[in-house]
Amino acid sequence: MAFLTPDLNPALAEIVLGSGICVVLLADLFISDRWRDLTFAIAMAVLVATAWVAGGIGLNGVEITFDGSFIADPLARVLKLLSALVVAVVFLYSRAYLKDRDIYKGEYYLLGLFALLGIFVMISAYSMLTMYLGLEMLSLSLYALVAFDRESPVAAEAAIKYFVLGAIASGCLLYGMSIIYGVTGSLLLPEINAALLQSGPNDIVALVGLAFIMVGIAFKFGAVPFHMWLPDVYQGAPTCVTLFIGTAPKLGALALAIRVLFEGLGPIATSWEAMLTVLAVLSLGIGNVVAIVQTSMKRMLAYSTIGHVGFIFLGLLAGTEAGLEASLFYTIVYVMMAAAAFGVLILMSRRGFDADALDDFKGLNERSPWFAAIMMLVMISMIGVPPLAGFYAKWWVLAAILDQGHLWLAVTAVMFSVIGAFYYLRILKLMYFDEPENVIELDAPFDMRLVLSINGALLLAIGLFPDRLIAICAGVFP
Amino acid sequence: MGLLSIIIWLPIVGGIAVIATGRNVSEDGSGFRLDRWLTLLISVLVFLLSLQLYLGFDSGTAAMQFVEQKPWIRAFNVEYFLGIDGISLPLILLTTFLTPLVVISGWDVIKKRPAQYFAAFLILEGLMLGVFAALDALLFYVFWEAMLIPMFLIIGIWGGERRVYATVKFFLFTFLGSVFMLIALIYLYLQTGSYRILDFHAAPLSIDQQIPIFLAFLVAFAVKVPMWPVHTWLPDAHVEAPTGGSVVLAAVLLKMGGYGFVRFSLPITPDASQTLDWLMIGLSLIAVVYIGFVALVQQDMKKLIAYSSIAHMGFVTLGFFVAWEIFAGTGDLAGITMGITGGMLQMISHGFISAALFLCVGVMYERMHSRQIADYGGVVNTMPKFAALMVFFALANAGLPGTSGFVGEFLVILASFKANFWYAFLAATTLVLGAAYTLWMIKRVIFGAVRNEAVAQLTDLNGREFFVLGILAVFVLGLGLWPAPLVDVMSVTVENLVAHIMNPKF
Repeated sequence: MAFLTPDLNPALAEIVLGSGICVVLLADLFISDRWRDLTFAIAMAVLVATAWVAGGIGLNGVEITFDGSFIADPLARVLKLLSALVVAVVFLYSRAYLKDRDIYKGEYYLLGLFALLGIFVMISAYSMLTMYLGLEMLSLSLYALVAFDRESPVAAEAAIKYFVLGAIASGCLLYGMSIIYGVTGSLLLPEINAALLQSGPNDIVALVGLAFIMVGIAFKFGAVPFHMWLPDVYQGAPTCVTLFIGTAPKLGALALAIRVLFEGLGPIATSWEAMLTVLAVLSLGIGNVVAIVQTSMKRMLAYSTIGHVGFIFLGLLAGTEAGLEASLFYTIVYVMMAAAAFGVLILMSRRGFDADALDDFKGLNERSPWFAAIMMLVMISMIGVPPLAGFYAKWWVLAAILDQGHLWLAVTAVMFSVIGAFYYLRILKLMYFDEPENVIELDAPFDMRLVLSINGALLLAIGLFPDRLIAICAGVFP
Repeated sequence: MGLLSIIIWLPIVGGIAVIATGRNVSEDGSGFRLDRWLTLLISVLVFLLSLQLYLGFDSGTAAMQFVEQKPWIRAFNVEYFLGIDGISLPLILLTTFLTPLVVISGWDVIKKRPAQYFAAFLILEGLMLGVFAALDALLFYVFWEAMLIPMFLIIGIWGGERRVYATVKFFLFTFLGSVFMLIALIYLYLQTGSYRILDFHAAPLSIDQQIPIFLAFLVAFAVKVPMWPVHTWLPDAHVEAPTGGSVVLAAVLLKMGGYGFVRFSLPITPDASQTLDWLMIGLSLIAVVYIGFVALVQQDMKKLIAYSSIAHMGFVTLGFFVAWEIFAGTGDLAGITMGITGGMLQMISHGFISAALFLCVGVMYERMHSRQIADYGGVVNTMPKFAALMVFFALANAGLPGTSGFVGEFLVILASFKANFWYAFLAATTLVLGAAYTLWMIKRVIFGAVRNEAVAQLTDLNGREFFVLGILAVFVLGLGLWPAPLVDVMSVTVENLVAHIMNPKF
């Protein structure tokens, strides 16, 4: 048996990123604390190069390599490009925050880049094993990142909780994968698909495997009832890590769900559509209702994430191409909204003070009308009011599920959106209707202010001219 | 860029410019204030541009005019599609006419962040014009919903004591209504393959499809109008909103509900409208009679006017939905046209009168910081000019012949008489009730001896206030004596609408 070198071209982005990580790792050894900005600069350069490679070669065409376990298709390229950019934005937002807390270390960038590599592998995984590898690489980096502030007991608690629950979820996922392997005799998604087509939609063992896989996916997304970790981790982790967890990994999780469910387990779609329905409705309900009673902004955003995940699942469960595209669009928009929301939280924090309580938003319009306006755009977008990007995301998902005749799901979704509107409006109320408790100037470096402004303005720009992004999402599934 | 685009986007872009220039406003608001002059300039400019629409409008056709059509979201066949007909033109003129008055009325009354206040009204104006001009359902929905945000902020920032409660209630009520409309619009898109409202009009829908669509529209528009029993947000919002907010709310926002009925419900789901016309007529009559009684017992002037608004808007919906009973009874298409025209006239007229009444209350509130009827008495002794105008508007509100308030109500009563004597009888009670609650308020507030020391200290209208109220009085009187220009603009469109809805869709 001759050893053939696999075609490495499709994995060029991963290779660039991996090499870049080595450079950061080595360079950081020789960089003293005073020159830590250099590590930041190298990490950013790596991200830019990765994004350029991931998106620069054009988004079209499908290439499969590594004996069928790795795929580079339009979906993968779009998601990789976006996740690299998102991580760059996260690094940019985090810098001042890390400095103020004396945890401005090279490891933050290293772990972040490793997590990104995990996301990349998840996005391109075409066999269950690759998928699991990517997922674990992401998860382990995140566990470490949550505990990054060693002095903070809350962060340590969150990390332990995340780790224990995450390990159980990974175990479930792996168990499910092994059952599917047992049924179909293959780890490759197309072969699984073909085998399941033959055994039919009612193969009970395959359904058991599906159930375990679903637990894993639901956990990674934070869908009810596998959401318990989410609020605690969001709140316990340093805000810059919450920002990380809340954004880029969602893109990877979406890819994971699309690949496993559609490309692998497509023949038993009726079963997972039913499971997703339950998860989606529960997430919409619990997420939106429980968010109302939160007093911590990070917890509120955690529950709001859960509510948004419900919407993303609605798009998936439509089971059509339009539904997938809608989910993709929703996830992209959600990631942008979450990045901006946590960005504002970081902006409002300063040395010795973490903005987290809702009351910290009181009178923000007095303190900084510009960033109050940005936050307002984000909140309105999360409610789903036009002309912000969030509206088109909800609209597209609703169109996709109505097309499949799920009228009652659509009604449920909009009802919970209305309930959810209340807690977003409360942020507007605090910022605009209340008087500030202090008038300390917001203090953040220029680059962060600039990028955060662009981030918020982009939500409005997409809202006014949604054509381009919608066309990209609609072109991803040929 | 067409004229419609300009009048929609000029105020929105202008609003952003106003915020940018407002940074230099000094603490006491003295000195040259670029922000408010810019606001006035833009709003007057928009009004003048909208007169161009009126002058260039061909009232001999029911087709859409000043049409602009460009692709917007290609993947879903959504278009940036604007155009006006005889139904939307009067509402556009109403909006552009009232906005400068609102700006002037807030001229030096608003002390807290004035630049944001003026900017909010400009942006709101652009969005409202967008609602009336949009011919693509998704574009319509975007404007319709986006409008909630400036209004939410206007009530919440510059409102009264319970402003937070009022504004959140306003937002959630209207949002709840609109999301059902969104589902209906998506459903219609899935049926027709486009979001063009005109395609929706032509869509062949069975009665089983029409009824849910009609109900979804009903929720959205009934909240906005507002109809009993989803009217409860209105008194709260009106009471807490600043004067300018109340004016825009009563004069324009409520009209969007009525506009929605004639643009969406009637032509898209005519058969469902026919099947459920008993419901609409019933709700309208409840609004007219029951809310009339509720208005009678109010202690707060703004609340009283708010309830009176609900009662008057009941006439609008009655005029629209009495059509099939007329047809069944007499087969008289002219009678149907009369009902719908009456409803439209009532909307425009109510826009002027309610705006004027809220401005009157605003004038008193600025001086006394009270809206309670009991705190006033004998205002005529200290504010004779003001008293004359307020009494005039009150009479117009009560439907005095010769004022615009009479024309619409009269046509609707006449039309409902063709349908059923008892509808006309119940609707006509409003002439009694309306006169009772309005004039009783006038008696207690304006007439009589000077009630207390505060009233004795009142100063009469200044030039700015007199200008605003005076110009409204001219229009109320003008439309009452000579409504022909307004009727001419809409007659062909309304006749076309009547012909359309009297044809069953299947």
